[in-house]
Amino acid sequence: MLVPSAAATPATMQAAIASVIRGAKVNPGKIKLDIPPLVENGNTVPCSITVDSPMTEVDYVKAIHVFTEKNPQPNVVSIQLGPRAGRASVSTRIRLADTQTVVAIAELSDGSLWSHRVDVLITLGACLEDS
Amino acid sequence: MPRAMINVPAKAKRGEVIPIKTLISHVMESGFRHSSTGQVFPRDIITGFVATYNGEEVFRATLFPAIAANPFFTFHTVAVESGTIEFEWTGDNGFSGIEQAKILVE
Amino acid sequence: MSPGWSARRVAARLFAIAAWIAPAGVACAAEIPLSERRSGYEQMSSDLKAMQDEDTSNPGMLWVLDGEALWNRKTGEANRACADCHGAAHESMKGVVARYPAFDSKRSMPVDLEGRINICRTEHQKAPALAFESKELLSLAAFVAQQSRGTPIESNDERLESFIEAGRKLFNQRQGQLDLACAQCHDDNSGRKLAGIPMPQAHPTGYPVYRLEWQSLGSLQRRLRNCMIGMRAETYAYGSPEYVALQAFLMWRARGMLMESPAVRP
Repeated sequence: MLVPSAAATPATMQAAIASVIRGAKVNPGKIKLDIPPLVENGNTVPCSITVDSPMTEVDYVKAIHVFTEKNPQPNVVSIQLGPRAGRASVSTRIRLADTQTVVAIAELSDGSLWSHRVDVLITLGACLEDS
Repeated sequence: MPRAMINVPAKAKRGEVIPIKTLISHVMESGFRHSSTGQVFPRDIITGFVATYNGEEVFRATLFPAIAANPFFTFHTVAVESGTIEFEWTGDNGFSGIEQAKILVE
Repeated sequence: MSPGWSARRVAARLFAIAAWIAPAGVACAAEIPLSERRSGYEQMSSDLKAMQDEDTSNPGMLWVLDGEALWNRKTGEANRACADCHGAAHESMKGVVARYPAFDSKRSMPVDLEGRINICRTEHQKAPALAFESKELLSLAAFVAQQSRGTPIESNDERLESFIEAGRKLFNQRQGQLDLACAQCHDDNSGRKLAGIPMPQAHPTGYPVYRLEWQSLGSLQRRLRNCMIGMRAETYAYGSPEYVALQAFLMWRARGMLMESPAVRP
């Protein structure tokens, strides 16, 4: 029988996602999470999110949420957008504790939800400082 | 005032979608780190970031400890009119930072 | 554990003998030719390169902004700002750090950038020295070093020769529990991977550097200490002459390469 390790929290990530989507159906697609597949240092990982949306008054991205599976806490960032954004394209830098899956979810103005999951491999620097 | 760097185009055409880049100095202490004697370094992070354009909100982010130190955001907005884009960061321990940039829209 | 006369040492000795034939200011063994010198920048992912390339994107620039404010702030019993003696930094400091560490004739030895800033603080501003790796010292160092960004590194002061030689010896000597010399990774194995990361040639083109591992800006001394800890060697105390000698050697070894300060590195 497989026992999940103490660090892994896929269940916590599911719970965090559930509290955002509140039972609605999430489809893969429309949102693209861009993270380098191989990361030099998990302390600062460049991360871009783009959602395929015309960003008009009637058809736009309301929110973007990012979650991780193995960080001490599943939430990474929640972003609120609107038609004033013009383009649903956001970049930031995140922390990833270990090789893991990152999930981004987009909420559209029509209430639909879309997701993208990416697996990221974290390598650590060879010469680390003593804490 | 915490150090911040902002990149907003000085000029844009009406209706153009412009990129905005923001970088602010903050250690983003996650609250998950321990000293070698087992004491936790208490959480100290920026929790909110809002951009307003002539007073109207155009971007909002809620940050968690997983956002890297010296938080960086790039986002977009439609150049609707000339004026001021204001950026406000808030966080633990009463953290507050405000920056402004002017834009000329033709 | 390797025997005393490893194949590498024999090769280095032979190379040193061969190198006497070639004309050189400071006779050397196994020097990386200028055309083959590569900054650690080139081994980074395109995302990290982009982080360094643009000022709004480069976290090191936050320290440069702080440094600019400190440069203009009167301080100490002399109530003097750096600007009062040095004027506008983009003029007076242009290219200066590309020629560091610089020989201090009063002290008859080279002084690194942080050392020079503290000499100015204590002697000319009559202010207390700034602590190593303190926000103020790093900010001033970042601001001054950034004025040399894009300038080729120069090392042609004959008075530095014995210090460069001392630094070369430190670079080539085995040390620590792993019995490794800097040269074994950074000369002999640069470009190859260690724990998934390509080994850089280790040129000091970007200091003080924003290191992702630190999530902060830090000095060359801090980076050298990291290496020594990684090799399980006893570090020298901050401010030790060994660091200045090593830096003098590393800058000589990197001459001709362009300064990048403040750089971003993993």
